[in-house]
Amino acid sequence: MATIFVKRPKLAWHESWFISTFAKGLKITLGHALKTFLEITGKKEKVTMEYPEQKWDDNLPEYYRGAPALVTDEQDRERCVSCQLCEFICPPKAIRITPGEIPSDDPWAKVEKRPKEFDIDMTRCIYCGMCEEVCPEQAIYLRKDYAITGESRAELMHDKAKLYQIGGKRIGLVNKWNELK
Amino acid sequence: MGHLLANIDLTFLIASVVKIVFLTFLVILPMVAYSVYAERRFSAVIQDRVGPNRTGIPLTLFGFKKDIQILGIGGLTQPMADGIKFLLKEDFTPKSVNAFYYWLAPCLTMVPALMTCVVLPFGSELRLSDLNGLLSWVYGVIGMADLPVFSSVPVPSVIADLSVGPLYTFAIASLGVYGIVIAGWASNSKYPFLGGVRASAQMISYELSLGLSIIPVLMVFGELNLTKMSIYQDANGWLLLPLWGEGLSLARWVLWIPMGLSFCIFVVAMFAETNRLPFDMAECETELVAGYHTEYSSMKFALFFLGEYAAMIIGSGLAVTLFLGGWSIPFGPLIGLGYSAGDTPLWLGLLHIGVFLGKIVFFILFFILIRWTLPRFRFDQLMKLGWMVMFELALFNVVLTAFLMWLVPLK
Repeated sequence: MATIFVKRPKLAWHESWFISTFAKGLKITLGHALKTFLEITGKKEKVTMEYPEQKWDDNLPEYYRGAPALVTDEQDRERCVSCQLCEFICPPKAIRITPGEIPSDDPWAKVEKRPKEFDIDMTRCIYCGMCEEVCPEQAIYLRKDYAITGESRAELMHDKAKLYQIGGKRIGLVNKWNELK
Repeated sequence: MGHLLANIDLTFLIASVVKIVFLTFLVILPMVAYSVYAERRFSAVIQDRVGPNRTGIPLTLFGFKKDIQILGIGGLTQPMADGIKFLLKEDFTPKSVNAFYYWLAPCLTMVPALMTCVVLPFGSELRLSDLNGLLSWVYGVIGMADLPVFSSVPVPSVIADLSVGPLYTFAIASLGVYGIVIAGWASNSKYPFLGGVRASAQMISYELSLGLSIIPVLMVFGELNLTKMSIYQDANGWLLLPLWGEGLSLARWVLWIPMGLSFCIFVVAMFAETNRLPFDMAECETELVAGYHTEYSSMKFALFFLGEYAAMIIGSGLAVTLFLGGWSIPFGPLIGLGYSAGDTPLWLGLLHIGVFLGKIVFFILFFILIRWTLPRFRFDQLMKLGWMVMFELALFNVVLTAFLMWLVPLK
């Protein structure tokens, strides 16, 4: 049997009478109190940041996974072709796409499809980055925005306009729709 | 009736009212509020956290800053925010409670805690006639020279100069347990009930050692008047710091041992009396949700909270007065800051008040430090400590003091 019998430590009289143990405890608590107090009052360098006043945004790594957003290409074309791969792969089912047809008189008629509606429910999104991974058109990216807040559920439902506003323009590798190919 | 009214000393009455208002509303209550803040900040730094360090004051429109910071410590208006929060919370009375006692209990915790402060000498005396020069200048300016001025009799800095000081304090302070027991009973719920039962058992046990621990002190002073004790310690060295006056005699140094023991017992019993960790069996969050005030909300809950802290402040005041010289400044007579009856200038009287409050603040910080250092005792350990160790030790201490006083007489 793998039983370990833990022996109760035998305490000296000054330990069981809370004399040396008490002094030891006071030393620990006072030491921590003094160290943190000096850090708070700025006499010693802090290891933490006070969030809303100080932010670490400039040091975020390239691969940081923040809020997902849609991007346009260098000619302001919506990159998304509403293939719905992201919708299918999204683990928490946060993405809802309503595909739409591009009319034949549009300069980008050859792309054929673009999303009519594209909603990401930020109350469900888990920032896993699978949508970015799966997108064949490099149309959806995880940005560095992390403080996604709102006063209602409706506010946290990012629609197409909002997603393009967050995402902006991105010059990328997919050239199959333009003249560079 | 007319005869009775004629005998009322109006000066005394006004002075008492002013002192009561000063001590209760301008000293104890703000101190209670700020000791809650101190508790939160101190516990935070002990645990390497920051604590409440910012409180938005809605005065930015008028050009004030959003938070007041002193030495990088922010959130100094947190107690006001706490108070407003407590006042604005829903005051919920559960259906199953016994409403009368449910309402009575918070008052019964708060009132005795505040009542005990009347016998504490919070300063030596204030010779207000020092202000007469200023006063007559003011009268000269407004052109009415024949207005009354302060008499040369100094005002003692104590509300009621009773000759049974510590006994009065213990008598009133032990009423505080009724608040907790009634709260536990009236809540009609098992956790508050257990908390109330525990609190009563604990407070009755520790009351004994608390009372017995100060008997040696009273034997040394030969006196039950807290003001006179403070004056004696000011002239002859504190009980635990006998370094000047008569304190340098052999008798006082021999008595230092039982006095130290008394102090330890007194402080431990005080922790138990005020239901502070490591003895907070009545609240005991890990076992009893919140103990006796589980069913309370809003200002009624706050009253329990305030009562606990007020009891802490009064207890510290009593310990300071008995053992650490009360308002006396260490080595006061040697450096010319000692008290002499009727001849203490006003600034020194005010300095004495400041010193007394400083000592209390120090003691409260000690209370808080202990709370975050020691783990909670188990209930049986607590009762065992109370009945098997503290009680015997306190009794033994009385005998030891008597023996030592017989061996090496004082004076």
